[in-house]
Amino acid sequence: MSTSRRWFMQECGVGMGALALHHLMAEAGVAATAGSDPLGPKKPHFDGKIKRVIYLFMAGAPSHLELFDNKPQLAKFDGTLPPPELLKGYRAAFINPNSTLLGPKFKFNRAGKNGTEISELLPHTAKIIDDLTIVKSMSTDAFNHAPGQLLMNTGNMIFGRPSFGSWVTYGLGSESRDMPAFVVFSTGKKGPSGGNSCWGSGFLPTVYSGVQFRNVGDPVLYLSNPPGIDEQLQQETFATLKNMNQLRLEAIGDPEISTRISSFEMASRMQVAAPELMDIRKEPKHILEAYGAEPGKPSFANSCLMARRLVERGTRFVQIFHEAWDQHGQLKRDLAANCQDTDQACAALVTDLKQRGMLDDTLVLWGGEFGRTPMVQGGNDGRDHHPNAFTMWMAGGGFKPGLVYGESDDLGFNVAKNKVHVHDLHATILNQMGFDHTKLTYKFQGRNFRLTDVHGNVVRELIS
Amino acid sequence: MQRSLYLLAFCLTPAFGQPVDFVRDVQPIFVKSCNGCHGEKSQQAALRLDAKALALAGGQSGKVIVPGKATDSTLYQRVAGIGEQARMPMGGKALPVEQVDILKRWIEQGANWPDGASASTAAIKKHWAFIAPVRPALPAVKNTPWVRTPIDRFILAKLEQESLKPSSMAAKTTLLRRLSLDLTGLPPSIEEIDAFLKDPSPRAYEKQVDRLLASPHYGERWGRHWLDAARYADSDGFEKDKQRSVWFYRDWVINAFNRDLPYNKFLTEQLAGDLLPNATQEQKVATGFLRNSMINEEGGVDPEQFRMESMFDRMEAIGKGMLGVTIQCAQCHNHKFDPITQEEYYKIFAFLNNSSEGSLAVYAPEEEMQRANIFRKIREIEGELQHRTPDWKTRMAKWEAAVKSDQPEWTVPKLSIDDISTGGQKYIIQPDGSVVAAGYAPTKVRVKFTIKTNATNIRAFRLELLNDPNLPLGGPGRSIKGTGALTEFEVEVAPASDPKKTRKIKIASATADLNLPERELDAMYFDKSTKRRVTGPIDYAIDGNDDTAWGIDAGPSLRNQPRKAVFVLAEPIGDPNGLLIDVYLKQSHGGWNSDDNQTHNLGRTRLAYTTVEQPKADPLPAKVRELISASSRTPQLDQLVFSYWRTTVNEWAEANRQIDELWRQHPESESQLVLAEREDIRKTSLLIRGDFLKPGRAVEPGVPAFLNPLPPNAPRNRLTFAQWLVDRQAPTTARAFVNRVWQAYFGTGLVATSEDLGKQSDTPSHPELLDWLAVDFMEQGWSLKKLHKQIVMSATYTQSSQVTPELLEKDPANRLLARAPRLRVEAEIVRDIALAASGLLNPRVGGPSVYPPSPEFLYQPPVSYGPKIWKEEKGLARYRRAMYTFSYRSVPYPALQNFDAPNGDSSCVRRSRSNTPLQALTTLNEPLFIETARALAQTAMREGGKTDKDRLSYAFRRVLTRTPEPKETTELLALLDRQKARYAGAGGHLGEVQAWTAVSRVLLNLDEAITKE
Repeated sequence: MSTSRRWFMQECGVGMGALALHHLMAEAGVAATAGSDPLGPKKPHFDGKIKRVIYLFMAGAPSHLELFDNKPQLAKFDGTLPPPELLKGYRAAFINPNSTLLGPKFKFNRAGKNGTEISELLPHTAKIIDDLTIVKSMSTDAFNHAPGQLLMNTGNMIFGRPSFGSWVTYGLGSESRDMPAFVVFSTGKKGPSGGNSCWGSGFLPTVYSGVQFRNVGDPVLYLSNPPGIDEQLQQETFATLKNMNQLRLEAIGDPEISTRISSFEMASRMQVAAPELMDIRKEPKHILEAYGAEPGKPSFANSCLMARRLVERGTRFVQIFHEAWDQHGQLKRDLAANCQDTDQACAALVTDLKQRGMLDDTLVLWGGEFGRTPMVQGGNDGRDHHPNAFTMWMAGGGFKPGLVYGESDDLGFNVAKNKVHVHDLHATILNQMGFDHTKLTYKFQGRNFRLTDVHGNVVRELIS
Repeated sequence: MQRSLYLLAFCLTPAFGQPVDFVRDVQPIFVKSCNGCHGEKSQQAALRLDAKALALAGGQSGKVIVPGKATDSTLYQRVAGIGEQARMPMGGKALPVEQVDILKRWIEQGANWPDGASASTAAIKKHWAFIAPVRPALPAVKNTPWVRTPIDRFILAKLEQESLKPSSMAAKTTLLRRLSLDLTGLPPSIEEIDAFLKDPSPRAYEKQVDRLLASPHYGERWGRHWLDAARYADSDGFEKDKQRSVWFYRDWVINAFNRDLPYNKFLTEQLAGDLLPNATQEQKVATGFLRNSMINEEGGVDPEQFRMESMFDRMEAIGKGMLGVTIQCAQCHNHKFDPITQEEYYKIFAFLNNSSEGSLAVYAPEEEMQRANIFRKIREIEGELQHRTPDWKTRMAKWEAAVKSDQPEWTVPKLSIDDISTGGQKYIIQPDGSVVAAGYAPTKVRVKFTIKTNATNIRAFRLELLNDPNLPLGGPGRSIKGTGALTEFEVEVAPASDPKKTRKIKIASATADLNLPERELDAMYFDKSTKRRVTGPIDYAIDGNDDTAWGIDAGPSLRNQPRKAVFVLAEPIGDPNGLLIDVYLKQSHGGWNSDDNQTHNLGRTRLAYTTVEQPKADPLPAKVRELISASSRTPQLDQLVFSYWRTTVNEWAEANRQIDELWRQHPESESQLVLAEREDIRKTSLLIRGDFLKPGRAVEPGVPAFLNPLPPNAPRNRLTFAQWLVDRQAPTTARAFVNRVWQAYFGTGLVATSEDLGKQSDTPSHPELLDWLAVDFMEQGWSLKKLHKQIVMSATYTQSSQVTPELLEKDPANRLLARAPRLRVEAEIVRDIALAASGLLNPRVGGPSVYPPSPEFLYQPPVSYGPKIWKEEKGLARYRRAMYTFSYRSVPYPALQNFDAPNGDSSCVRRSRSNTPLQALTTLNEPLFIETARALAQTAMREGGKTDKDRLSYAFRRVLTRTPEPKETTELLALLDRQKARYAGAGGHLGEVQAWTAVSRVLLNLDEAITKE
């Protein structure tokens, strides 16, 4: 082998894309220690508490008023009109804002050491309430689903911005050599309103976009060998491809060819690793039961369990979109059903991570794109979209367990204390991952863009 | 002490009443206390006080300096601490009183600011891209024999400067493959390769260039590039992501490239084709560019909010795709880096704002002919009637006189609309008292209009269904054909004093100007019920039966005319003390899925009442009614009246029947989203922080001051804007485009940030070359084909792409072009190469989008928001070029998405180029790629000769153009032999196909296969 050839093989496992990217990252203040791979693990700005995120996205927007934010006053004023000054400048999607108030439809119980109030619909979450940080003072700018989901997932209401998960993988890379860095499940009644832009990479390189996993069959598209191609042939194909690409690399010297060789190698590893990941039959019975997961049956619970298995294998960001919470009507029936579908698995996930010692550096995040109106929609069993106040919870990752932060007003309409805007949430989580949210940037169209745009404050009170 | 300081300060202050001098007195205050946050580096609240024009233009909240009126000037108010807002300087000490006083007096004295005291705007103006390009001289070079075209001089000069040598010329096979991929996006066929290799002519290469530029596939290849910038997709985006019909626009783009429509016209037609004199269908279709914005019709949206989102998207597409300057930052505040102010952004916005957003019925050329024929025949029959009836004018006049005043007076009341009853659909009230349904379209809805009135003796209601330029095909309904159906018309009343005491009013009878025979609903309105749901005459709207409705689908073109119905009440209603009349328009004839194109709702409606007894629906079309009341009219309009009148003449029954028959032959149209100019001018306001709920001051159409001026005396409309954009003096238009063409060839533009040539753009690698190309492009009549030829004929382009350690070290990104780039081809071409090499490719150009194989579950919940159509093609359409793949924005086609195809959410002029395991899995395992491997195997066995070696070489050339090297042959034949041995049991031919499929699959998966070398 000639010197130059050897030089290429040894030193030049660096694709052009990777070279360019390193340059950009250096500019963005992201320490690029990955070497050859845009997805190689990288160091954040400072030591972060969180290494990985599991985001349980309750798309459609669950009612804070039935689940976490008990409002006796709302019950008291049920059937009366809200105070007019509250409605000044308020826009609603479906209802005339001047609709009567609707008292909470479910009872609240007290749980945990602090006697935190939580809905009777969430008995399992109630058991882990001391592990949660509950923020009752979330607020957002959007009151339609797609813009709301985009704001929550990309920091902007318009399409085309990188998603939270892609910013994180851009910043931290992947710990996994045979699984995607950013994995997305969709488990509700339908896909999220914001579509695949909720996990897209926007203007970041496409390697950072979320990869959709199914929770049945092939988790990744085109993972299995096609009909007529058995395992031996697949292996021989990989081998021949590698030899042929290697010959071309020697002939023309383009380092991008070695990146291609690596891609095929990872594809080959994924073909083995992904089905193994999906095979939850190997989980002990008590774990399956804790989640309420059943092998072969797609469910939110299965996805939660797979999320744990993914983060164990080094995946950086897992997001489960459970689009089911848009209760304009049938609030009682559907809210109960949704909680039935999700409560147990959410709690099991947190407990499972905790038992494995992973909760300290894994963040579990739960919430939707906005809340629901204290006013009724339709007869007496529905609520419209409401951006002014809603609830989310976090577990792990240095968020203060047992803390209930912020308050909404007596009707659950506006934030009364300690408002946390979506941008603040993003800033705080990035902080926990070791990023100064103002410095995790990417230059595009002549401007340094970031997840928090020009906003966001780290909410120190939430974190220890 | 304090007193003496004050005195001292006072001494330095110009005496009261004396003129304040800006440079001496004011500017130092700005420099010391303001410019840190409102200067060159930072523009808080988008305010800049170091540059005259920008300071006087103001910031986010509008003007801050009102010359002559200090107390009205925010600048003064904020430094003086007047009003509720925080005192300036923010977070610092308040200005000394005497400085506040200076600022106050300066403003009162007229805020005189000498031009010379504002250096920074001059500096901004100097940014190279904002000065119209002039043709630079060709640089001197040493290695003149290498130079073939002017491009080479620029490239070589820089290489020589860096002591680099250009690479040798690429092998002929490499060159032909590169050229074919670049110009048509398809690899050369074996015949094309052989013809080129055998051609001894010195013009052999140039002949290939000309052949490829003349290929219809050229338009596809370069059209696809444009479609990225045009954010083309076949669906609406957002959660519903419904299908939309826009492929006529795609065809227009492909054709425009193929006929080499000059780029200036190409842009003009896309921005203002509808405003060109005698605009053709094609020119109107071109405005589809502006309509490629997403549409959000999720429940409860405010249509105006998302119209604004579309406007912003259009602005961005124009900025990125045409102007090459990021302008969207100025949507919310003055641009931080480039000299575009927020006001200027909204001036451009104002050019586009005066538009309606509907769709146009469009016809293929042969259908256009058919239509012309029909209309000619109708005119002939009518001419014949007139010829036969010399006194037709008198007779018609008599008829006109008779019907002129046979209509009762109708009162259009003010409506209030019950929000809940509309199910999330919104109504926009029009000045004429009509309402237009917009936004979400629930497929089953019972809309409640309430009239509060003191009128008495109301005996009947009239419901008009009207056209509106924002409805599909002009309406009057909301279905994709512009139709609607009225299931029931119901009336309830209650005393105004006791709204809950409602009482139903029976409808005694109904008439309409159109009563079609009963027919079953189209499949698109299937609601999963087993009921027989029909449309028919107006009686169906008062029969109390929810399965029947009044329908207006009178066939192509006729279905899009205004209609009316009159409902006579069984008893007169009214109450001098006030009555609430609830009119319910029940519309239950849509399909089951409100997330899809299944609405059958009424679009624009107008309700009126009368006190006259037993009124009937006016049979005369509104237009005819208007004409016969007009004082005079042209002969052309006479014809229009005649066309209606003849239908009332009994003795012409046969002629009328013939004409009806001709109408039945009218072809069905396709539709295309277009932009059209509104009649009444829509006011444009600057939106504070880009929020449509916070309109600021009104702005008139205009252009940014730092760019070329508008043509003098031209009307302020989109056409003028388009002409401004393609003016020879427009500094960025030509540069932006030639830069993108360069980027497509060489991987990186001469300016790497091809979406932005503004101040924050990347430094050009060869600034003179960029200008030379831009000027040459314009001077060659904005001809793209000439530009392509200019590039591909250069020595620069024809270099080898061999990478050496030296080049990799000195110029890793290959910006200097001492070698040709080696690039993975774009997503669509990855697929097209496999299709072409395998022989499966269906080369048809243009037409509607197709559905190649794709996993069905992607189009169903929970992956998709709603169920989507994906009817996998079984015929040849399966093998169309990838650019024809139906593109849902929310569910991108995976085999394309994995290779970085944009999904059309926003304008994209620079794709990323990733290299991922998902790509490997796609080309290895995706069903259509497997089909291509199998087809290539069969083609090689059939056409490739007798020996395995020949066949291998044949397949290899089909994919890679070149012949295999001995080592490659050995490697591949070894694989073949092993597979043959394995599949021997499968029986002769079948086993052999399997073995060859394995080899073909390797070939199609090679890095080189999907790379332009």
